[in-house]
Amino acid sequence: MSRSSDLARPSDHIESDDAGEPVGGPKLGFVGSLRFFWRQLTSMRTALFLLLLLAIAAVPGSLVPQRSSDPNGVVQYRVDHPDLYPIVDALQGFDVYTSVWFSSIYLLLFVSLIGCVLPRTKHHWQALRAKPPRTPARLTRLDDVQVRSLADDPATALDRAEQLLRRRRYRTERYGASISAERGYLRETGNLVFHASLVGILLAVALGGSFGYSGQKIVVEGEPFVNYVAGYDSFTRGRLVSDVALDPYRITLDSLDVVYETENEHAVGQALDYTANVTVQQPGESGTATSTIKVNEPLRVDGTTVYLLGNGYAPRITVRNADGDVAFSGAVPFLPQDTNLTSIGVVKVPDGLPEQLGMIGFFYPTVGQLDTGALTSAYPDLTDPVLQLNVYEGDLGLDEGVPVSVYTLETDDLTQIAGRGTDVPAVDLAPGQTADLPDGLGSVTFDGVSRYASLEIHHDPSQGWVLLFAILVLAGLLTSLFVPRRRMWVKVLTEGDGRLRVEYAGLARGDDPGLSAAVAELAEEHAGADPALSRTT
Amino acid sequence: MTQTLDEISAILLFSGMGVYALAFIAFTLDLARRSARADVVAESGAERIARARAGGSTATLERPPVAAAPAERASASLRVGVTLAVLGWLLHLGATVLRGVAAARVPWANMYEFAMTGTLLIMGVFLVLLVRRDLRFLGAIITGLVVLLLGISTVGFRVEVVPLPPALQSYWLVIHVLVAILATAFFTVGFALSLVQLMQARREAGRQVRFRMPASIPSSTALENSAYRVVIVGFIFWTFTLIAGAIWAEHAWGRYWGWDTKEVWTFIIWTIYAGYIHARATRGWRGSRSAWLAIVGYSAVLFNFGIVNVFFKGLHAYSGL
Repeated sequence: MSRSSDLARPSDHIESDDAGEPVGGPKLGFVGSLRFFWRQLTSMRTALFLLLLLAIAAVPGSLVPQRSSDPNGVVQYRVDHPDLYPIVDALQGFDVYTSVWFSSIYLLLFVSLIGCVLPRTKHHWQALRAKPPRTPARLTRLDDVQVRSLADDPATALDRAEQLLRRRRYRTERYGASISAERGYLRETGNLVFHASLVGILLAVALGGSFGYSGQKIVVEGEPFVNYVAGYDSFTRGRLVSDVALDPYRITLDSLDVVYETENEHAVGQALDYTANVTVQQPGESGTATSTIKVNEPLRVDGTTVYLLGNGYAPRITVRNADGDVAFSGAVPFLPQDTNLTSIGVVKVPDGLPEQLGMIGFFYPTVGQLDTGALTSAYPDLTDPVLQLNVYEGDLGLDEGVPVSVYTLETDDLTQIAGRGTDVPAVDLAPGQTADLPDGLGSVTFDGVSRYASLEIHHDPSQGWVLLFAILVLAGLLTSLFVPRRRMWVKVLTEGDGRLRVEYAGLARGDDPGLSAAVAELAEEHAGADPALSRTT
Repeated sequence: MTQTLDEISAILLFSGMGVYALAFIAFTLDLARRSARADVVAESGAERIARARAGGSTATLERPPVAAAPAERASASLRVGVTLAVLGWLLHLGATVLRGVAAARVPWANMYEFAMTGTLLIMGVFLVLLVRRDLRFLGAIITGLVVLLLGISTVGFRVEVVPLPPALQSYWLVIHVLVAILATAFFTVGFALSLVQLMQARREAGRQVRFRMPASIPSSTALENSAYRVVIVGFIFWTFTLIAGAIWAEHAWGRYWGWDTKEVWTFIIWTIYAGYIHARATRGWRGSRSAWLAIVGYSAVLFNFGIVNVFFKGLHAYSGL
């Protein structure tokens, strides 16, 4: 028996021990080697091995931070483990799920799977058109047998048996004075659908990546976001996404409402709800529509999905020079540092002052004081907001054409002129307050606070396909595990006294706990309960 | 009000644990009593055939060498064990429902509640399966495991009732997590069956075993079949959990799959159990090897719950600790 015919068996077929592959046997030649390799790869043993290897290979990705899901964790890992980092990085340990070794395992597994599914599909196709097999000579040898005695005419008895089997959705065939019946072809169909759908998911994910894009944008209350490539803070896209593929709709964040728990003493300050109220304007249309975005309720616009993934405070700050002319004015998004939203942000004033000015700001929505005297935030909502600014003077490094993050201030080329470490205290401001900058440089005003929403926009045309295949996976699994594939035979023999001896036998093809009950039930309906003559082995 | 209900819930849970512990003792006594007659093993006809086939002979069915023990009434301790398990389960149910009422939501939004509902369903699935087939010999393992898990979670994971964070405010919390818990419950029973299967296989192989296997426990083949049937139900629920989780992740996090640590472990568990199901059709893997896979798979389930939730960084940060 060759291995390839093993593959053509139903899923529940158990591979038998065969000595068909001689160790160190005759030379195979190139084609022979290929065939040998193919048979090895598509054997169930190899598939099982690859499957378990895949499980093991997935583990490291949960132990080491991944660039895809936790880029900051990777940066931190580099700081914490400077010796290990290059080794892990060389082994693609920070990109496990796109690594060469992980990909090889699942690609081999899928090749093995396809090599298994194709011949089985052919075999199943033939089985679907074949007649049920001949009735075995001695039915009583089978595991599940019932015998009844009937006073009936053989032809009628056979007709009735065939009717009963057909009603139970068996495919039937007469062989002399017996009926051979088989049902449950759906079991193998489900099995094939399950495996083919797994391939479908893989293909949809692989192809979908080329057509999808995603990006993040921080939007301050009152400001708009427009869906074009330059409108994003960060943007990644598939290979086949052109600049014009983005539909330039406009979303304006009217307000971001945040509700915090105030009563439950164990959860004071815990966020209960985030609601972004937005106005959407489609391209080429003058009308607008208002809508909301919540954490579990993204907004679907023009084939994209807009998620509310984060929020924070953006203090509105104005910097004036000594003459009172505005050098800087705007809402500056600050990044939250803890659950009480102590936030850090950077203000850069490149023009309008004698020297470039940088400020590192700490924002406390509800200011409190630590034992050390340092300020902290005691509650995430805006009960008693304070903005504290450390001021730097010098070259901001903006003129070299090198992109710099808006959230960090490179202080190497700067001189600190106010804040901790200098003689001048940091500038502390409540909303509406203005303070003079040191050295008569001018003034800084804390106009007020806006919230901002961190929006994530996704376009993934393959998503629907992945879902469809996932549902097919589940459907295929259900039918392949729960539809029993069984054969049933009814044989009619005329006894000496003119009565009929009818034998009913069943054979399971695969796991089938209900077989003997099904045989008994058939016998009972056909001949009536007759415990005196019936027997089960 | 919330506080009071939660306190009553805790008291009910402690009582339930006490009753489970007593049930555990009763089940263990029963096992001990049965192992006293360990050499007599009841064997059904089907199992005899399976054995005859394994031995390569299909022609004859020999009478079993030892006359099957006469159908014996369940021992008193066995009946006490089942009764106590049911009583403990009712207390446990009361505790879980009250916790849900106290929180005004489903009682599985943090690790403490997950463990409470999870063990409730483990016991529930076990007791429901008892109606269909006699698995009472698993009573000691199941009650022992449940008491252990409840003990760890009341000591280690107990948290006060707090409102749901926005990310959990979704009907998928009801569907995704409940089905995950159900899958876990079936995997637990499958694990217990595989464990007994392994011990039984050792005994059948004639090897010295430290614990003498009690009499009237099914053959390893029959245990393997039962374990398989329970595990495939768990596997289907687990597949659904994975798909439902992906749909929810798409709603809440903006992507359906992102290799978050919890997603990774859900995937690992799915793969191991897929391997278990395939092992039955693979030469050399049927029997004890596949039982080991079921045990490894269940270890991964426990790891996913106990270790990944607490010590791993990820988006599923809802342990409440």
